[in-house]
Amino acid sequence: MSLTIDSVSKRFGSFEALEGVSLRAPQGAFVALLGPSGSGKTTLLRILGGLEFPDAGSIHFADLNWLGVPARARRAGFVFQHYALFKHMTVAQNVAFGLTVKPRRERPPRGEIARRVEELLALVQLEGLGKRYPSQLSGGQRQRVALARALAIEPRMLLLDEPFGALDAKVRKELRVWLRSLHEKLGLTTIFVTHDQDEAFAMADLVAVMNAGKIEQYGPAHDVRSTPRTPFVLDFLETRAN
Amino acid sequence: MAALAPARRWRNPSALPGFGLSLGFTLFYLSALVLVPLAALVIRPWEIGWSGFREVLADARVVHALLLSFGASFIAAAINTAFGLLVAWVLVRYRFPGKNVVDAIVDLPFALPTAVAGIALSTLYARNGWIGAPLSEHGITVAYTPLGVVVALTFIGLPFVVRTLQPVLVEMSREAEEAAATLGATRFQTLRRVVFPALLPSLLTGAALAFARAVGEYGSVIFIAGNLPGISEIAPLLIIIKLNENDVAGASAIGVVMLAISFVMLLTLNLLQAWSAARK
Amino acid sequence: MTHRAETLRPTEDHPLLRVALIAIALAFLGAFLVLPLVTVFHEAFSDGLAAVWAALREADAQSAIGLTLITAAIAVPLNAAFGVAASWAVAKFDFPGKGLLVTLIDLPFSVSPVVSGLIYVLVFGLQGWFGDWLRQHDVKIIFALPGIVLATIFVTFPFVARELIPLMTDQGREEEEAAVSLGASGWSTFRRVTLPNIKWGLLYGVLLCNARAMGEFGAVSVVSGHIRGLTDTMPLHIEALYNDYQYVAAFAVASVLACLALVTLTLKSVLEWRYGDEIAAVHHH
Repeated sequence: MSLTIDSVSKRFGSFEALEGVSLRAPQGAFVALLGPSGSGKTTLLRILGGLEFPDAGSIHFADLNWLGVPARARRAGFVFQHYALFKHMTVAQNVAFGLTVKPRRERPPRGEIARRVEELLALVQLEGLGKRYPSQLSGGQRQRVALARALAIEPRMLLLDEPFGALDAKVRKELRVWLRSLHEKLGLTTIFVTHDQDEAFAMADLVAVMNAGKIEQYGPAHDVRSTPRTPFVLDFLETRAN
Repeated sequence: MAALAPARRWRNPSALPGFGLSLGFTLFYLSALVLVPLAALVIRPWEIGWSGFREVLADARVVHALLLSFGASFIAAAINTAFGLLVAWVLVRYRFPGKNVVDAIVDLPFALPTAVAGIALSTLYARNGWIGAPLSEHGITVAYTPLGVVVALTFIGLPFVVRTLQPVLVEMSREAEEAAATLGATRFQTLRRVVFPALLPSLLTGAALAFARAVGEYGSVIFIAGNLPGISEIAPLLIIIKLNENDVAGASAIGVVMLAISFVMLLTLNLLQAWSAARK
Repeated sequence: MTHRAETLRPTEDHPLLRVALIAIALAFLGAFLVLPLVTVFHEAFSDGLAAVWAALREADAQSAIGLTLITAAIAVPLNAAFGVAASWAVAKFDFPGKGLLVTLIDLPFSVSPVVSGLIYVLVFGLQGWFGDWLRQHDVKIIFALPGIVLATIFVTFPFVARELIPLMTDQGREEEEAAVSLGASGWSTFRRVTLPNIKWGLLYGVLLCNARAMGEFGAVSVVSGHIRGLTDTMPLHIEALYNDYQYVAAFAVASVLACLALVTLTLKSVLEWRYGDEIAAVHHH
């Protein structure tokens, strides 16, 4: 069960966001899409999540024609940079959302939903905060709610769009460690978009360095870091931004 | 050299001049033009005493007029809530030719004098009017009935819901909708459980504004309503009738009731806006 | 090759639904807004241009137009001055009761126009608080121009203030403070620093204020006494003509006001489009 992205292209108007991007990752891998803004990494992630559609190319995952599955059926847990929590719902309601919108046949009974919500809140270390509203939480807490919400649907893959971008440095570092350990615990295929190379190399098994809609280099993290293969990658890794 | 306003202990001293002059003029203007006359309205009805006041309000004609004003305003506000939501959604989310013109024209009820709107609506919905005639063939009479009042009040309140919702819709990021989709919700579920609740405070604020405006409306209503006592006579008209009969106390009694409702609406609106802000 | 289940993104509505909703919205707006507007002009010109012209040149119509113009010419500048003063006080200073002041300024928007006229009758009318005094000194307020102006001022004074208060609050105090620290006097600071910053917002507020001032009906109805040729403003004259079954004449005068409304809307759109940020920080109607 692996992820195969084959020659995916996408343009917005006259802007080529992705040009023939191909990538393979084994089941359970933690892949980082690393690059500057405008490199196409978020577009690729959104295509994986079903929020955009490519103009050409194909994607297969878990033996499924991925593009043939509508977004709401993909069970691709998506975590946004600005959390996208439902502000009018409590934390518990947010986390339960994916379970409560299931068709009646598949929907677990209320007690079961409540139990799972509790479990997930404990997993993200937010137990007891179920009745709070997002506006009452810190940024780091909100992001963990977003994660719990995405995990509630037992996703096939986890897609994270610069999830720590809106948080301050200290919280970012803590969450980095925490997310990696969560990954080891759950073993979910995870695609993580970032422009911060420290973050990418600290967490990911595989790193794809992207630039202007193309993948410049892709491989195991330590490989990419120690052996840059194109001028762009060399340049990008040398500049220590953030 | 800058003329500094005298520093006072009850406010932060500011380097900027003109506080005394600007606040003084403002307060004078407000008191003379607004507060004193309003005070007159609040005080005058009691000249006939509490029992006299109750008598005025117990009169069947008065009761009916007040009920009509409030009832029709409520219905009109409800219509505007539903269609205002639709119009705001269409204007913000979709693109179509002429959208800018449509957007501008939503403000027409703000800009058009009420008397002009009044005679236009009256002519339009009369038995032989462009809309009145086909309706009349189906047995629906608008002119000279409470339905006419509702139509006029719908016109007058139309921009409120639309204009209150538009900025909220514009600002609403699509990400919450995208999140709901990735979590498995259908479009309908997303609209119902994510989008609509987020719009609710503003929707209610717009509805309250439309309602408050409609309750006191006069010019656009009196022509189409026909003003038949006990049927299509609105409260503001009754105030004028009583004034013409020299029943100043009676007129001010009704006026005070309407003013009281205005205050309640203002309060409600402030609460709604606070609720809206707390949600952010 | 792509195989897609749907080409709609999750935040987009189905094209058929979109078309249907647009159609319903346009039908609603067409019925409630466009048709009445068209009716005004259709009825006005139903007897040809000559009839319209005659209606506008008629003596009572002329005095009504004159009265409307004079009323606006007095009320609008006064309200503009008030708006500027109130915004200066509210935006550039902190003081207790500021919130209450702003709420009071919003008051006329919640009050029925008829009540707005009634309150002046209660103060200046024959049975009003100053009624006797006014009669003794032969000063006419109600049933004369001053009453009409007062009622118009009440109904329209929030417009300029409501535009300028959020705008000036948003713009902050720093530029004015800089000017003062450089030695400018209050008036100088206002004229040369503040005014240029608020000019489009001020124009916008004045525009709305004027439209309302010329079109006000309910409040003026109460205080004017409806004396044809003397205390009838244009809206009142329209009412008189309509009640007299002189429909073409009524709509002829009405079409003038309708044109004013369209000009106001157009100018409003242009100002919003070109000077959007300089007009209002927060827009609430």
